[in-house]
Amino acid sequence: MSSRSRLGRYGLRFFALGYLAFLLVMPVGMVFVRMFDAGLGDVWSAITSPDGVHAFYLTLLMVLIAVPLNTIFGIGCALLLVRTEFRGKALLNAVIDIPFAISPVVIGLSLVLVYGNFGWFGGWLADHGIQVIFSVPGMALATIFVSLPFVVREVVPVLQEIGDEQEQAARTLGASPWQTFGRVTLPAIRWGVAYGVVLSTARALGEFGAVSVVSGRITGQTETVPLFVQRAFTNFDPAGAYGASVALALIAVATLLIMNFARRKEAAT
Amino acid sequence: MSIIIDGATKRFGAFTALDNVSIEVPDGSLTALLGPSGSGKSTLLRVIAGLERPDLGEVMIGGGDVTRIPVEERGVGFVFQHYAAFKHMTVRGNIAFGLQVRKRPKAEVAARVDELIRLVHLEGFANRYPAQLSGGQRQRMALARALAVEPRVLLLDEPFGALDATVRKELREWLRRLHDEVHVTTIFVTHDQEEAMDVAEQIVVMRDGHVEQAGSPVELYEHPATEFVMGFVGEVNRRGALFIRPHDVELSHLREPGAEEAMIERIVHLGFEVRVALLLADGDRLWAQLSRTQAQELELAHGQIVYARPSRARVFDEEGEPSTAELAA
Repeated sequence: MSSRSRLGRYGLRFFALGYLAFLLVMPVGMVFVRMFDAGLGDVWSAITSPDGVHAFYLTLLMVLIAVPLNTIFGIGCALLLVRTEFRGKALLNAVIDIPFAISPVVIGLSLVLVYGNFGWFGGWLADHGIQVIFSVPGMALATIFVSLPFVVREVVPVLQEIGDEQEQAARTLGASPWQTFGRVTLPAIRWGVAYGVVLSTARALGEFGAVSVVSGRITGQTETVPLFVQRAFTNFDPAGAYGASVALALIAVATLLIMNFARRKEAAT
Repeated sequence: MSIIIDGATKRFGAFTALDNVSIEVPDGSLTALLGPSGSGKSTLLRVIAGLERPDLGEVMIGGGDVTRIPVEERGVGFVFQHYAAFKHMTVRGNIAFGLQVRKRPKAEVAARVDELIRLVHLEGFANRYPAQLSGGQRQRMALARALAVEPRVLLLDEPFGALDATVRKELREWLRRLHDEVHVTTIFVTHDQEEAMDVAEQIVVMRDGHVEQAGSPVELYEHPATEFVMGFVGEVNRRGALFIRPHDVELSHLREPGAEEAMIERIVHLGFEVRVALLLADGDRLWAQLSRTQAQELELAHGQIVYARPSRARVFDEEGEPSTAELAA
């Protein structure tokens, strides 16, 4: 091996690791360090304060609403895109990526325009006693919106790769479309679905911009953990800001680890 | 069960895959759909299975019209070229699938699966996953899976196409014997004329979406209806309007009536068979196929001048109607 290519290899490694260190590891690490600086006692009391607990409750509620809905929608949509032909397929394909393309703040504003009390649909809903904006339904809508593409985008390539022969075989063996889906398609795409769920969960946990606009940021009522962090930070409350940040990061990492563990366990059998 | 296709037409956009195809497959027979790629043979098989719906025409299985019956209710066994194994299930799980979706009792499923595993010689592999099997084993598993539900007809789409030559020969022989045992009406698709001749009782030759000829292997070989069939089911020399099989070219050192002068360009020894490439006086080329004994008796040598005479040739008129010219003296 020539010294030049070795230099190139080490250079590339150095660059990649350095890039990650400066942009990811150091900033996130600093959050952990600052949390310990603030004192674990203060951190604990900030997180377990009524507002803190409510923020975690709301964030988990957002995940529990948005992720299952987007999983069902995502699998259905992926099947539609890969297994069927119809007019407007290219349009559907493009529309799914809108949440990736548009800034979350704009998404929040657009929801206010439609569902706000002076929006063209929100007024009608308000007359019937349904408050969307500045309350939980609007926040759920915003969370669904921003985390919508992940499952579709993870499942589509897996469906393309496995092809439809296994499904056809199941049908010739007498399986109904639902049996075919449950016994053949779903098991075959399960890891694509799992990745999509993990990514959607991470996105739903961390969503700030869109939820910030539609929630009205009412402490103890419509405040999720990212909003809580922002408020604590601007109020010079390091224990609350860093403590909640670390807790949020740990929840996201835990979902990733659970999936990787399950996958490794399955590969071993 | 007998299978009847009546006037099936199927288009994919501008491409006509099947053009008014009608065939009849007798009960309990073993039939090959033979043709080059794009001839419509796989589409026809998929129309019989219900995996494709014909634009026009009818499909009848066992005398009943099944054209509008969905695939899962047709009671067909289908074997795919690339096995279509359920990758997340064991061999046992794959074979049991059809019985499980029919909600048969567990004990019955287990007994039937054991029986099929023995039938396809996969004892000892029951708990393996498809990824841990060879191609031949996977295809035998796919066959057992298709047979488990006691299909009314068995359809195989290029079943041996993805296998290497030795395994292919073995499985062919095995399919032949299996059919003698199970007697289910079987149709298989192939582009390999030797495979079709070897295995099938009846061959349907297809080309460009229509049936060129249907008949027994002997009928097709001896009485091909068209130039295409003649060329597809065996080798053929073309000499003007005459189509001559290489084994119908007789060689001699004597100038006999009807014989032409030819120079030996090349001699290929293929064990029992000897092939001789001949250059005729007008520049045409001809293949002659001789037995080893014949070739030895003639003491053929490269560059030698011999006299070639077709003992039998076929002529096809403009409609493709054949007539055989027996040229033997």
